[in-house]
Amino acid sequence: MKLTLKIWRQKNSTANGHFENYQVVADEHMSFLEMLDVLNQQLIEKKQDPVAFEHDCREGICGACSMVINGRPHGQQKGTTACQLHMRAFKSGDTITIEPFRASSFPVIKDLAVDRSSLDTIMQAGGYISVNTGQAPDGNAIPVDSEDSSSAFDAATCIGCGACVAACPNGSAMLYTSAKINHLNKLPQGKVEHNKRVQNMIKVMDKEGFGKCSNVGACEVECPKEISTDNIAALNRYYLSSVFAGND
Amino acid sequence: MDLKSNIPEGPLADKWKNYRGSMNLVAPNNKRRLDIIVVGTGLAGASAAATLGELGYNVKAFTFHDSPRRAHSIAAQGGINAAKNYQNDGDSVHRLFYDTIKGGDYRSREANVHRLAEVSTEIIDQAVAQGVPFAREYGGLLANRSFGGVQVSRTFYARGQTGQQLLIGAYSALSRQIAKGQVKMYNRHEMLDLVTIDGKARGIITRNLLTGKLERHAAHCVVLATGGYGNVFYLSTNAMGCNVSAAWRAVKKGALFANPCYTQIHPTCIPVSGEYQSKLTLMSESLRNDGRVWVPKTVEDAEAIRKGEKRAEDLAEEDRDYYLERRYPAFGNLVPRDVASRAAKVASDENKGVVKTGLGVYLDFAAAIERYGKSEAFSKGIDNPSAEKIRELGEQVVEAKYGNLFQMYEKITGENPYKTAMKIYPAVHYTMGGLWVDYNLQTNIPGLFALGEANFSDHGANRLGASALMQGLADGYFVIPYTVGTFLADEIRTPKISADSPEFMAAEKETRERLEGLLAIKGNQSVESFHRRLGKLMWEYCGMSRNAEGLKKGRELMRELKEEFYKDVYIPGTMEEFNPELEKATRVADFLELGDLFALDALERKESCGGHFREEYTENGEAKRNDEDFTYVSAWEWDDDNPKVHKEQLEFENVELKTRSYK
Repeated sequence: MKLTLKIWRQKNSTANGHFENYQVVADEHMSFLEMLDVLNQQLIEKKQDPVAFEHDCREGICGACSMVINGRPHGQQKGTTACQLHMRAFKSGDTITIEPFRASSFPVIKDLAVDRSSLDTIMQAGGYISVNTGQAPDGNAIPVDSEDSSSAFDAATCIGCGACVAACPNGSAMLYTSAKINHLNKLPQGKVEHNKRVQNMIKVMDKEGFGKCSNVGACEVECPKEISTDNIAALNRYYLSSVFAGND
Repeated sequence: MDLKSNIPEGPLADKWKNYRGSMNLVAPNNKRRLDIIVVGTGLAGASAAATLGELGYNVKAFTFHDSPRRAHSIAAQGGINAAKNYQNDGDSVHRLFYDTIKGGDYRSREANVHRLAEVSTEIIDQAVAQGVPFAREYGGLLANRSFGGVQVSRTFYARGQTGQQLLIGAYSALSRQIAKGQVKMYNRHEMLDLVTIDGKARGIITRNLLTGKLERHAAHCVVLATGGYGNVFYLSTNAMGCNVSAAWRAVKKGALFANPCYTQIHPTCIPVSGEYQSKLTLMSESLRNDGRVWVPKTVEDAEAIRKGEKRAEDLAEEDRDYYLERRYPAFGNLVPRDVASRAAKVASDENKGVVKTGLGVYLDFAAAIERYGKSEAFSKGIDNPSAEKIRELGEQVVEAKYGNLFQMYEKITGENPYKTAMKIYPAVHYTMGGLWVDYNLQTNIPGLFALGEANFSDHGANRLGASALMQGLADGYFVIPYTVGTFLADEIRTPKISADSPEFMAAEKETRERLEGLLAIKGNQSVESFHRRLGKLMWEYCGMSRNAEGLKKGRELMRELKEEFYKDVYIPGTMEEFNPELEKATRVADFLELGDLFALDALERKESCGGHFREEYTENGEAKRNDEDFTYVSAWEWDDDNPKVHKEQLEFENVELKTRSYK
């Protein structure tokens, strides 16, 4: 299949970026990133600068890949990361637009690669249960309802890719943050620090420059792990009650 | 060189307990004065950095990723073993120890493996306390499933994403220490050299991958938790960035590399679809609990399938060869990975493969769907259910168990595995070899430790399923926090190590020259193209089965390839910028040397054991070990022309060496 790629090129975080067009011949069994490999091989053979993009596991779990394909983070396929999107989803003759995740909290490093370390900073503000190694009781000492464990898992399945932020017109990280808070709050072990965690993580999320949530819902639609905005609703409730709990 | 394993005295079951109770400790006021560098932040590295930080050491942690959460531990699917015996099915620390020794084909160290089995139970407790959402029974207690090569259910799991959940646990513990200032985190920093002073490991040279700047980092000791080297094969289930460079830099400074030829080829991966393929995707071993592996009985049927004239469903039962069930009736489809992989190769070699390239076999769920469907219909009280109803109910059960894996398969192949049999083929997955370490996980360079997949010690010649997560976390949470003290207790009077000493300056200069040298080649071929060619040589000559002639030829061709690389590689861009091609180039350069050592090790090990299968050493088509001559660890000292082997004899005092039989 013959494709035209319209790719955002930007030398570094301070340079101005622009779109450039490339022609590439792909196979329908290729993954989207393998198609970009073909392009980069062409560019390197012509001694031109290859397109920088982030990738690692290429099986949809590490969260490294991060690009907007035809206007949508990770492309059009539901519940799929860019690395798992395959070229059979496109047809010969298509023009595909590829851009970096765009959000003020994610500065562009080069081309399609952006800096998402602000997501780590939110985690450091309370995305954990305070237990030192060796302090744990027996694993079966605290029974956990299998449904609670399962819904904690649904929230914990977040891969930290930041597609929710890129999808949001406000650049909000509410889905990411609420998923982590819900994961821990669904489990008895996580409830002890709950109010403090909510307060601290929200504070840092705001400080890192992420926008407010205005219930657009694009985050859920674009999330490659299909994490629900129910998490955001729950976080809004938790936030209010944590304010009244007076625990910061 | 005398290889001291430093195994404590006493009965096997008491060694670790007694050792822990009598080893030298570092007092809290002294821990504050000691610096530790941890390289790699996967399960082993993140758990080590977090725990060492909790103990009060000053930790600097490094990863080439943008965040610790991207490490490839995240991709482990199936589960983590622990000898909890929650199922009351006869499990015990001794049984886990025994299974691991046997599964490793009697080529691992008894004392290390026993310690691993002992601490396995604490890992589960720790992970639960951190909030890892393991699968649970309706009563709220932890659930288990069974895995290949064992006869008990001891595998804990979080759907098909156990590695992800455990890594998030370790990453959150690490994040907590970063917030406290106990751990200083260096993301996007790649270790490019090890610095030794007076024979002790005292620091590393890193490159800031965003700015390209070289940096010198000093500490009292260095811990490497940098994973395995499966990517030497180019195509593997490893992530694209996985590499051997940190370990290899240590080798260049005198560390020994043990058993490089022990590679695990995982039997159930999605087959290669074309020349452009960049990586292979694993389908969890748990699928073999219900899937049946087969190929057509006749070459004619196989050819018709490859041409697209027939499909799996078109073949009647009697025209199929369920070769694992036929050859290994006792374990059937659940034989260990090395056995299952070789059997798939035999079927493909007989020209019975079912994908276009000929390299693929079926993993079929039709029987399981029917069995589950019937049992569901019965429990729901449906009389005389139709075939469609049985199918529908059966598919629901299979979806609940393996839904995410089936979905992943469909995304990659475009085929629906509920309706037609999956196609699978073995792929490189894990490397049992690694840096040689003693009982303390210390390499032969004092002050340099290696954890997780980066070391060699626990899995012998073959690793059992769900044991990699166990080992990574055992090393990081429960072993290194103690054993690092055996080195540091003698360092409490050592002042802060300066990163401006001549040794550091020389290492930085050497690294700069190495990078400049690569950039200056300005040849015509991409780094990737060399890596692909190396991978093909490795797969052809050092893959699932090996022979002396091929290994010699492979070595020769790899040496030629290395020469060509240094003459004709083209790396765009400069050193002082974000340059992924330069990153790849340093990694491929190291893989080219490792590949050579790999082939040499495979050549010298004149026996078949675990993942190492030599065509010359077989009995009735099965691997034939040679315990008399090869019950040792090959620890290699690198030399450009003639690497030298040092042997650590393995002593088995508690288990009897037997032919591994799964028939």
